[in-house]
Amino acid sequence: MKPARFDYVRPRSVEDALARLASEPGAKLIAGGQSLGPMLNLRLARPSLLVDIGGLPELFQADAGADESFVGAGITHAMIEDRMVADGSAGFMPHVARTIAYRAVRNRGTIGGSIAHADPAADWLLALTALGADVIVARSTGERRIALPQFVIAAFTPALGESEMVLGFTFPSLSAGARFGHAKLARKLGKFADAAAAVIVDRPRGVCRIALGRPEGQPVLLPGLADQVAADGQPSPQDIAAALASALPELDAFERRILSGALGRALAQALMP
Amino acid sequence: MNAEAKTGQGIGARVLRKEDARHLHGRGRFIADMKMAGLKEVAFLRSPVAHGLIRAVGKPAGAEGEVFTRADLARVKPIRSTIQLPTFNGSDQHPLACGKVRFVGEPVAMCVASGRAEAEDLAEQVTLDIDPLPAVVDARAARDDGAGPFLHDEWGSHLVLTTALDTGIDEVARTAPVKVTRSYHMARQVMNPLEGKAVLAYWDDLKGQLVVYTSTQVPHMIRTAIAEHLGLDQREVRVVAPDVGGGFGYKCVLQAEELCLAWLALTFRAPFRWTEDRREHLTSGANCREHVYEVTAYADTQGRLLGIDADITVDAGAYSVWPFTACLEGTMAARQLPGPYAFRAYRARTWTVATNKPSIVPYRGVARTGICFAMELTLDAVARAVGREPWQVRRENLIAAEAMPFTSPGGAVYDIGNYAGSLDMALGEIDVGAVRRRQAARQAGEPLVGVGFANFIEMTAHGTRAFALAGLPFVPGAEPAAVRLTPDGGLEVRVGVQSHGQGMETSLAQIAHEVLGIDVARIAVVHGDTELTPFSTGTYASRSITMAGGAVAEACDQLARRLAKAAAHLLQCAPEQVELSAGLFRGPSGDIAVSEVARIWYLKPELLTPQMSLESLEVTGMFRPKTDTGQYSYGTHGVVVAIDPATATLAIEDYVIVEDCGTRVNPLIVEGQTYGGAAQGIGTALLEEMPFDGAGQPLASTLADYLMPGAAEMPPIRLRHLEIPSPNTRFGIKGVGEGGAIPPPAAIFNAVNDALASAGVEVSATPLTPRRLFAAIAAWEAAQPGATPPVPAPRERAP
Ligand SMILES: Cc1cc2nc3c(=O)[nH]c(=O)nc-3n(C[C@H](O)[C@H](O)[C@H](O)COP(=O)(O)OP(=O)(O)OC[C@H]3O[C@@H](n4cnc5c(N)ncnc54)[C@H](O)[C@@H]3O)c2cc1C
Repeated sequence: MKPARFDYVRPRSVEDALARLASEPGAKLIAGGQSLGPMLNLRLARPSLLVDIGGLPELFQADAGADESFVGAGITHAMIEDRMVADGSAGFMPHVARTIAYRAVRNRGTIGGSIAHADPAADWLLALTALGADVIVARSTGERRIALPQFVIAAFTPALGESEMVLGFTFPSLSAGARFGHAKLARKLGKFADAAAAVIVDRPRGVCRIALGRPEGQPVLLPGLADQVAADGQPSPQDIAAALASALPELDAFERRILSGALGRALAQALMP
Repeated sequence: MNAEAKTGQGIGARVLRKEDARHLHGRGRFIADMKMAGLKEVAFLRSPVAHGLIRAVGKPAGAEGEVFTRADLARVKPIRSTIQLPTFNGSDQHPLACGKVRFVGEPVAMCVASGRAEAEDLAEQVTLDIDPLPAVVDARAARDDGAGPFLHDEWGSHLVLTTALDTGIDEVARTAPVKVTRSYHMARQVMNPLEGKAVLAYWDDLKGQLVVYTSTQVPHMIRTAIAEHLGLDQREVRVVAPDVGGGFGYKCVLQAEELCLAWLALTFRAPFRWTEDRREHLTSGANCREHVYEVTAYADTQGRLLGIDADITVDAGAYSVWPFTACLEGTMAARQLPGPYAFRAYRARTWTVATNKPSIVPYRGVARTGICFAMELTLDAVARAVGREPWQVRRENLIAAEAMPFTSPGGAVYDIGNYAGSLDMALGEIDVGAVRRRQAARQAGEPLVGVGFANFIEMTAHGTRAFALAGLPFVPGAEPAAVRLTPDGGLEVRVGVQSHGQGMETSLAQIAHEVLGIDVARIAVVHGDTELTPFSTGTYASRSITMAGGAVAEACDQLARRLAKAAAHLLQCAPEQVELSAGLFRGPSGDIAVSEVARIWYLKPELLTPQMSLESLEVTGMFRPKTDTGQYSYGTHGVVVAIDPATATLAIEDYVIVEDCGTRVNPLIVEGQTYGGAAQGIGTALLEEMPFDGAGQPLASTLADYLMPGAAEMPPIRLRHLEIPSPNTRFGIKGVGEGGAIPPPAAIFNAVNDALASAGVEVSATPLTPRRLFAAIAAWEAAQPGATPPVPAPRERAP
């Protein structure tokens, strides 16, 4: 379980990194290495060149503006957990960060790597979906902005060109009075979720979003249920079941149970008086 | 006499483990840490299919000298582990596959390079032409299937072994008022010690010796095996187990890779290393535990057991491991299934079935985790059938303390114990009545709570006869220990057992201290090297502290007697007049320290009589318990669980362990053994499973898919002790290494079944995955008054 041979470079800037990517067809970015490392060892990934962007200062920017927030791709789960970067999510992102993997993984794993890896079960994918985030993608000719749901084309398939990289994420800032709920059902601490739910209720901003995550398939938003919650508060079990059935009709009974269970917990947290 | 009162270091003292300092500072020396000039690394090309005929193995052009197949290893004999039982079918396991592959992961070619990555590059270039055969994956189905293809054509069957014993079940079956039948399945598991297997072998020209560093629990057995399989004299082979990062049974058997590496070093007179990685470990190494039980209990209307009829199927994998064979599981299961219960009519039939999976290896608790599961779940089912409290029925069926020693219907002889006392202690810790009240007052939406108990027995320090009867290639005899007083009054203790997490560098020193009073810090326990230690079959089956501990005491006693003569001479009195205590010989007119006697014996012999220096201060002591039938530890686990139907999750609310391992040499170490074992048992119950698809492909090849319990999955455990010393061992010690891992699945499943009992729903297959738990919850819900029939799902999956 050792990687096949590869070359390794540490570019000094995003520009440099993009140039490296463009110059070598088999090149691949590595950030925290927490997803790519195992894939290299299992020889499931066989890049000819690793372009190490861990530690690139440009990727550590964060901003919590009144309207819009930004999180740089190179920021680690642990930095978010420890509130070392500006947080426009009213504490939601630090809360989610704490539920990702183990501390050793969080020390290295980055939010950009997590989204670029496009594992449907990734916790950031759910959280950023619930925040209504866009992905900022850099290429040699400039930057583009793409809504997160469009960014993940399929499991492990991001909408990234050969010589593009993720710079970071923007999302509408939450107000200080925003409430959130987050539940992750996993068989053990540090595992990816079997079912997860995130609920954001920001009454001052008129925002209510509900997202569900699961191992197969991208997170889904439940806008109808969210409207109902915004209007009436706690929905009934029947309403939850109906929203689930219409959003994810293909679920089996077990999946329905754990997703509605996770959602029930997240709603209870968000709507706690 | 208890030395703790005097010095806080002897038997019963909570001495911190000496070995921990190097591990906590990252200074342990495991095989992967070793550096050696010219060391080459080995990677194995392993079979990608579960069953098939090898047509060709093609070495990459130009690398013929770095890639080896079975044909190259002509001088290495196949591993053939046999047992003298009439129905036994033996098999040859070649160090590299020969003619046929029988499981995914079976080594086919060995590739050597300057580094592991390069060796894996080579392995990728080897071509493999295999004609696949249908794979045998389901042992229970294969058991009754007379048709091939068989793993081992010459058998004409799938069966490694069948056994049957019957003390008269028919009579009971005719007359018993209550009959309860259940089936159980224990999942295939993988042991996962922190350190996997590792081997480093080289040729030592100085001594003309093949030196094999191997991560093993049994260095002397491996030395014997390597010498036999390579056709060497034993003096030509030295086996060293340096720091070993856990074994759990995986490292008490000979492995094909050990022979391969030994052959390389012998052939090329150079150093080679293979370090098993986690994928190899999961998919081709340490498979264990997979049993199927079909049990019928006969009882009276009060739940008093009249008889047990058990059909046991063991999924043994492809080969018989050396030396324990694939039969250990089945024979142990049949012998020990009755556990601590006092019924007489017993039938046990076992089928050990060869399958296209890695060979079954004896794992901590060997077979007893399964039989405890089968027996304890059946007892609870009996209690429900007669409408009584499971703990009550359980208690009434226990063997009474006064009935000891007791010969079980399986033929095991229990030495001593208060089984009801253990259960009572657990009942004192867990308020069953409170659980019953919560169950009665439960409101919709609240968790379903349940309480479960499981009793277990742990056969430790198995005797010679048990092994000899089984006709195994290796039978343990009396256990040796060699002690040597150094001229400064320190002590070296040499044992042939191996310590790989059991803390024997500390506990054996405590035993020596108990006898001689030498400071534990000045006692070095030497183990894990055939060159430096007396022959022993090694560490397995909870034997080391009883056997090696007894031998250390024996050797120290002899040493003390020799020292006493010298001390008496120096104190000018008779040997009977001196008394050794706390490292000091006291005579009628003065005293002298052991260290002073040592100094004089070695460096000032003129002060002693010439006769005295003829009696060496290097002594080998031998020990065997007074009884040869095993020393039985036992205990009770009690659990309260809460099941949340809304999320199909289970929480362990309370976990109590009561155990009796006789005299505890070091309670801290006993607790560590018990907690660690319980963690593994909780893993068995809730998390661990190595699934295979129909073609025999293992479906969990990394720890992302094979789930191990971590600290966060461990409930706080309350541990209580009964301490009934064994009358048959030194200091009353019994073993404790395996017990913790035996009853957790039984206790947890009983608690779950208790929570669901109102609807008569039971779970019976490990691990209790969320899907399996959900299926049980759904069945429970469907049985509730006013339950709406479940909405049919568009797509249902098998649990
Ligand atoms: C034991 C373990 C448990 C885990 N548990 C969880 C969990 O519970 N929840 C969870 O969400 N995650 C979990 N993870 C995954 C973890 O969060 C990873 O850190 C993360 O998914 C990837 O981040 P990384 O920085 O390590 O990326 P890398 O491993 O370095 O890269 C991953 C992929 O993203 C690409 N990439 C990286 N950065 C960029 C960029 N800026 N632009 C474009 N492409 C980029 C790489 O080329 C690669 O393809 C776990 C990981 C481990 C090892």
